Amino acid sequence: MTSSLIETVTGQFPDSVSASHAFRGDQTLVLRPESVLEVARYLKEDPAMQMNLLVDVTAVDYSTFGKSPAPAFFASSGVTVRPSSQIPDKDPWPGPPASARFTVVYHFYSTHHKHRLRLVVPVEESEATLDSLTPLWAGADWLEREVWDMYGIQFSGHPNLKRILMYEEFEGHPLRKDYPVNKRQPLIGPVN
Amino acid sequence: MMLNIGPAHPAMHGIVRIVVDLDGEQIQDADVEIGYLHRGFEKMAEEVDYNGVIPYTDRLNYVSPLINNMGYCMAVEKLIGISVPERCHYIRVILSEISRIGDHLTCVGATAMELGAFTVFLYTIKAREFLWDLVEKVTGARMTVSYCRVGGVKADLPEDFAEPCAEVFKEVRKVLAESDGLLTRNRIFVDRMEGTGVISAETAISYGITGPFLRATGMEYDVRKDSPYSVYDKLPFDVPVGTTGDNMDRYLVRMEEMEQSMQIVEAALLDIPGGAVLVNPETGQPIPAAQMVDLAKMGEIESISGGCAVMGPTLEGSGRAQHASIAVDEKRVAMPAKEDTYGNIEGLMQQFKLVMLGHGLRPPEGEIYFPVEGANGELGFYVVSDGAGRAYRIRVRPPCFAIMSALKELLVGDMIADIIPTFGSVNMIGGELDR
Repeated sequence: MTSSLIETVTGQFPDSVSASHAFRGDQTLVLRPESVLEVARYLKEDPAMQMNLLVDVTAVDYSTFGKSPAPAFFASSGVTVRPSSQIPDKDPWPGPPASARFTVVYHFYSTHHKHRLRLVVPVEESEATLDSLTPLWAGADWLEREVWDMYGIQFSGHPNLKRILMYEEFEGHPLRKDYPVNKRQPLIGPVN
Repeated sequence: MMLNIGPAHPAMHGIVRIVVDLDGEQIQDADVEIGYLHRGFEKMAEEVDYNGVIPYTDRLNYVSPLINNMGYCMAVEKLIGISVPERCHYIRVILSEISRIGDHLTCVGATAMELGAFTVFLYTIKAREFLWDLVEKVTGARMTVSYCRVGGVKADLPEDFAEPCAEVFKEVRKVLAESDGLLTRNRIFVDRMEGTGVISAETAISYGITGPFLRATGMEYDVRKDSPYSVYDKLPFDVPVGTTGDNMDRYLVRMEEMEQSMQIVEAALLDIPGGAVLVNPETGQPIPAAQMVDLAKMGEIESISGGCAVMGPTLEGSGRAQHASIAVDEKRVAMPAKEDTYGNIEGLMQQFKLVMLGHGLRPPEGEIYFPVEGANGELGFYVVSDGAGRAYRIRVRPPCFAIMSALKELLVGDMIADIIPTFGSVNMIGGELDR
């Protein structure tokens, strides 16, 4: 059962799936951006999948991955923790996407089959647009708004793509790695 | 008519703005605006080391912080690939369930208060106070507990914890019986709760709703049962479900869940391995911790190397006698026992390497998602590590968020007075919703 989800979906969409892994048992598929809606529809509607719960949509900005600056003092190797030998690590994590700056990460769950699947979709900064999943899951509405708010990734077909946690006048996308953590902006109340 | 409710409205708890479009008293459209309590949890979590995130997780769902602590720590433990000792699992489960009761009591009490039953609110808050006394006995704090650690918990349970627990549960059961008597067959309460805020199982699932809210629609999804974590698969409990998915069902589900949580705690306290001890009689007399530091400074470590220290109240239960059963046996993850920190150079170095800037706990590269059953539903942590001493990305999947996104669906078609019970049953927690 462990690897079958990956195999099934890859068999169904051999051209869309570019990579897969099951690091720590989390089954993950890396998808090409243009096929998100198609694969998601299959995941929701196929009787063997029935992923009726869109658990989460989020994004990661990989632009500074592995480049965290060494601290000025005591720049040592630190303590790298190797996993315990009782937990087999057959499935190493393949690493961040090769070229794309962002990945959009979807988590699905099936309440019928009780299985989970993660979709990782690399997105280039220059064409940061994906198909919206709002036609399939009503919950995608707010989740995609949050991804837009925090990362500036657009979702085409979204009915109401505006900021959700920040206010309309806020400039920039705060969870991008190039947004300074202590940057301040004037607080302006909602206009509408 | 357009009516603006909130952001701070006296009849609703939580900071949220709802703009409703009314036809007479009937709601035609509703626009829910959130974000008033956004504090940038996810950004801040990228700036501090792994154990440094724990105090921030307290402030997500601040009514049941121990569940957030547990979820976050288990997520990082999954990323590292370690598992904590069994006693530690039991301690976490016991405290999670105590928190869950407190959370549900708050929700039921606040809903009742907003419908005019102020007495019930006072009763349930009284019961919550008893539960928080229990939490305080264990963690030293009432709300912002920061009790779990990556690879363990801060300290062991106090001696004979089962006794005060049994007493408190007696009180809580009394309060639940009283609230049940005051509410469940109360004409006013039932009239306002029944048939309002109705949502079907399909719609709820489509919005990503989980927890008691989903279970009230008849869908039996509970992370504790469906993807069991920690020791939940060893503990007996039932998952109550409703039938119609209205406010009344959500109230009834929460009432039953509190009873189930108490049964989990009672079973866990019977099954928990290894009794709590404060001093180890075999390894000599306990020494006050401060005196131990003085001795160590003078190099007299032979006399103290095997001894147990008497800890001050803040560190009580984190000594050597308890350490093996509450923290993972992995020096690169868990803090040493306090006697070792004070008493020998290896312990001091272990502590130093874990807390100093630029050192610290370093999980391998990878990404994981770990869900736990929060008081409002599936609380998930998605953690990405690039092998450095701080997380590359921490994403919280807040259970409230999905429910709030469905609030429009719940309100449209109902009367304006129905906003109050519906919003009450959502149990919106701003800290978790807006992060």
